[in-house]
Amino acid sequence: MEHRADGTVAPGLRPPAVAGPLVVARGLSKTYATEPVVDGIDFEVEQGECLGFLGPNGAGKTTTINMISCFVRLGGGSLEVFGHSVDRAEREIKRRLGVVTQENNLDPDLSVVGNLVVFGRYFGLPRAERRRRAADLLEFLQLADKRDDHIRTLSGGMRRRLTLARALMSSPELLILDEPTTGLDPQARHVVWQKLRALKRAGVTMILTTHYMEEAERLCDRLLIMDHGKVLARGTPAGLIEEHIGSEVIECFPGRGVEGPAMRALVEAAEHVERAGDEVYAFFRDPRAARALLPHLGEVDFVHRRATLEDVFLRLTGRELRE
Amino acid sequence: MTPISAASTWIRGSTRVWSRNFESWKDFAAASLVGTLAEPLLTLFAIGFGLGRLVEPIGGQSYVAFLAPGLLASTAMTASAFETTFGSFTRLTEQGTYEAIVRTPISVGEVVAGDILWGASKSVLGAGFVLVLMWVLGLTATPFSVGTLPMAFLVGLMFGALGMAYTALAPSYAFFNYFFTLVITVMYLFSGVFFPLEGLPRWAVGAAWCLPLTHAVIVIRALAAGELHSFLLVHLAIVAAFTALAFPLATRLIRRRLIK
Repeated sequence: MEHRADGTVAPGLRPPAVAGPLVVARGLSKTYATEPVVDGIDFEVEQGECLGFLGPNGAGKTTTINMISCFVRLGGGSLEVFGHSVDRAEREIKRRLGVVTQENNLDPDLSVVGNLVVFGRYFGLPRAERRRRAADLLEFLQLADKRDDHIRTLSGGMRRRLTLARALMSSPELLILDEPTTGLDPQARHVVWQKLRALKRAGVTMILTTHYMEEAERLCDRLLIMDHGKVLARGTPAGLIEEHIGSEVIECFPGRGVEGPAMRALVEAAEHVERAGDEVYAFFRDPRAARALLPHLGEVDFVHRRATLEDVFLRLTGRELRE
Repeated sequence: MTPISAASTWIRGSTRVWSRNFESWKDFAAASLVGTLAEPLLTLFAIGFGLGRLVEPIGGQSYVAFLAPGLLASTAMTASAFETTFGSFTRLTEQGTYEAIVRTPISVGEVVAGDILWGASKSVLGAGFVLVLMWVLGLTATPFSVGTLPMAFLVGLMFGALGMAYTALAPSYAFFNYFFTLVITVMYLFSGVFFPLEGLPRWAVGAAWCLPLTHAVIVIRALAAGELHSFLLVHLAIVAAFTALAFPLATRLIRRRLIK
């Protein structure tokens, strides 16, 4: 599957060399000191899918994917990647993975193209192939005109794209992305999404962690919502919303009228009500029930909208701050 | 995996790390070379020729001819010690270079070895410069003097590995002050680089013998003078033993710091 990069197709991908799921985790766990960070989770990653780990800071997402990429030692349970156990076939697994870490660890001592070419050598790619792939990937990630620039002159978005290019140098069968767009401005984020979707269309299997709901909805086929090292829920983005929230939400900022008849009617009609500060969230499974109430809300300030993944996320992980 | 294929994988991996360092070094090689080469040159002139005028010949040698092989050894030491402390620490912490590399098929052991080999290469470069100076200034006239270069490489491996082990334990750059003041400077001043150990009180000689650089200086000085004897093998074995202990220690400590 070799394409010349034109911005829509991904260059030089390798079809997976095993049948069945690429990752199988059973009772996966990891404890630091006495704190369980990952607490007995099960999941698998099927070929060609994008699996998202969604969770607040400290949920155990990064530790989970770091165990897959052999950067964190297997704590407990079993974890097979490409059919090999992570504690026995580290080198083989790493050869077939592409990893985009959360922290920028591009090599500041090397130029843009130098980063790609030197990285390709870590995988033992021949010189000519490294040069060719680096050129293709710079084209694909819209960095061709930055080829000889220094890393420190690049913007955050460019660095992230270069990190993605670097992860693709070895034509990985599985791409692991740890918060791929955290810290990027909206334009840069959309470019990264567009590239990741192009890779997905080209059949690349992906695992990503994020706490951006929009990112999870746009990119992931399936999601695992994690908190405190455990999986709280799993399913497709639409399925999770349907299962946990319903279809529509009325958000009220009551101010005066908070105990008025309109509010009482709302609270009574909703399937579920949450209060956060002075806001009231009313969740509905039946969109008609929500709409029927709208004319009666009168003096209350409100927003009527579709239920989102964010509602699911907050329902499952709570509203208190995580720092 | 057979031992031979394991060894060849290890050599391939460390060579790739070595070439990463070379790749990043060659763009500012000139600036880096000034640092490596100017110091022994200045010391040789100021202490060797300047102060040396006041010093009686040592064992029939002028002071500067006595000093030069010592400086060759200490240059080898400092070059790799600097590389695997300040250089490696930056790659380990700030730059995240080690993390990026160990996520590829390269192992922690190969990253450590690649960096130490790189440090030792710089040792050979610095020592080679001193050797050329010695030839040019007529401070050595024996073909055995070429043997100082492999010896400088070994010294580079030893101090590279010691520096790397220290790096694995260092919480911040400030902690390298201890290493350089208490280890490197002590070696530099008391390993027989500047004055002969012969004739010192027994305890002083004993103390100097505990410093691994002392043994390297003895071997290098003998090679530069072309006066080889079998007891040099004991000194060589001591340097090799320090290296053989420090290398796996450095790997283990870096792995412990990097892989949770």
